[in-house]
Amino acid sequence: MNLINTFLNVQVLADSLPQLMWGLVVTLKIGVTSILFGLVGGLVLAVGRLYAPFFVRILIRGYVDICRSVPLLVLLIVVYYALPFVGIRLSPFVSAVTALSLVSAAYTSEIFRAGIEAIPNGQFEASAALGLSNRHTMVDVILPQAIRIVIPPLTNNCINVMKDTALASVVAMPDLLKQATQAQALSANPTPLIGAALIYIALLWPMTAVVARLEKHLSRGTR
Amino acid sequence: MEKQARPLISVRGLTKAYGTFRVLHGIDLDIAEGEVVCVIGPSGSGKSTLIRCINHLEAFAEDSRITVDGIRVEPGPDLAKVRAEVGMVFQSFNLFPHMTVLKNVMLAPMRVRKIPAPEAERRARQLLARVGISEQAEKYPGQLSGGQQQRVAIARALAMEPKVLLFDEPTSALDPEMVGEVLDVMRTLAGTGVTMVIVTHEMGFARQVADRVIFMDGGRLVEVGEPSEIFDAPREERTRGFLRAVLNH
Ligand SMILES: Nc1ncnc2c1ncn2[C@@H]1O[C@H](COP(=O)(O)OP(=O)(O)OP(=O)(O)O)[C@@H](O)[C@H]1O
Ligand SMILES: [Mg+2]
Repeated sequence: MNLINTFLNVQVLADSLPQLMWGLVVTLKIGVTSILFGLVGGLVLAVGRLYAPFFVRILIRGYVDICRSVPLLVLLIVVYYALPFVGIRLSPFVSAVTALSLVSAAYTSEIFRAGIEAIPNGQFEASAALGLSNRHTMVDVILPQAIRIVIPPLTNNCINVMKDTALASVVAMPDLLKQATQAQALSANPTPLIGAALIYIALLWPMTAVVARLEKHLSRGTR
Repeated sequence: MEKQARPLISVRGLTKAYGTFRVLHGIDLDIAEGEVVCVIGPSGSGKSTLIRCINHLEAFAEDSRITVDGIRVEPGPDLAKVRAEVGMVFQSFNLFPHMTVLKNVMLAPMRVRKIPAPEAERRARQLLARVGISEQAEKYPGQLSGGQQQRVAIARALAMEPKVLLFDEPTSALDPEMVGEVLDVMRTLAGTGVTMVIVTHEMGFARQVADRVIFMDGGRLVEVGEPSEIFDAPREERTRGFLRAVLNH
């Protein structure tokens, strides 16, 4: 009983819920924005990595490798606390979205690249033989097939981005985690933190389920 | 040869190497409009490579020269133009698995020839009827048999109204009972004056439809002639040996 009162105090939870919900909205804003930027950036990087001139490919490869090896927290702190020294002052929101998008684009590009490379060469050849331009080959033939392949790893990446939004709390972003820690300090009770954890789970668990369904739907008509 | 019109396809000194390994050794070949040419020869003799050079699916030596309807085949802005005029049917069909049969046939005319969708659909349905698969128009390639898929692939190539159709062993991946239906479609095409270059192991078919048969070996055109010349009275020992091997097999 005492344990429940400590960790899942209904009164404290009810009091902090509005605050947590505000935090959730912020978390969603950061997460969704970063995911979208990451997807677009990743697609551009992937196509560039495969088809751009040699030196561009090298640059992209360097970018991707660096982004994958720098800890996100470090990148975020650099963006928020170090860039002002060179005159670039970004708001907490923009800092968080920038760091998350940069890294997400790197991971996403690797996922897209693998997806494109998994398409049999015969699909490229058939497109070329029909006289399709590179753009139409990509848009009409290759990417629709690659999408099916990349949905599972892409989902994982989206879920990771959503989780990593919690890091934004270190740059004073009032996201779900930040709100929870503040509520916890205010009420001198850890319940808001548990509440936040449950909200994260409630948010991300269905995401995996939705995508599993989507995947099944998309695989219709393929061999 | 009555009148010597400009050949539809002209191949001059075609050389192709993978690294230092020479696959084609200076091939010269002219193909006239309306001609049906069958290419036969042992595995690895360069048959696929030869026809894949015609639409530049394979790059070839720069001093080689191929023209299709007067346009030089080379990387650059004219290549798409050449490819639009050169249809190709692959051994493994290479249909687009995420599109219905109808969409497979409509795609290139819409994107390359900028034909409006309703018109493209009307023509696609006509072509599907012509290859005998009208009923399957709304299905996906994966739901069709190999023979049906290859007929769709032929319809897809025809939809661009190409000046020439290239076939790379179109029946080699098919179960034996489906070979006939695909050959029938090709035979009909040959009868309607479509220019065709066909790499095939179907000797009976080659003898029947070809205006000219080319026997390749070791990256060279060893013998070129009418079917009766090649099959009944081959001059080259290598041709005789090859035919003996495939016909007794
Ligand atoms: N990508 C490649 N890299 C290296 N060598 C290749 C490549 N593709 C083909 N070759 C070689 O080129 C030669 C000609 O190949 P090609 O596919 O044109 O022969 P083919 O006459 O079509 O044979 P098949 O009847 O088996 O299809 C072969 O010796 C083959 O091993
Ligand atoms: Mg071959």
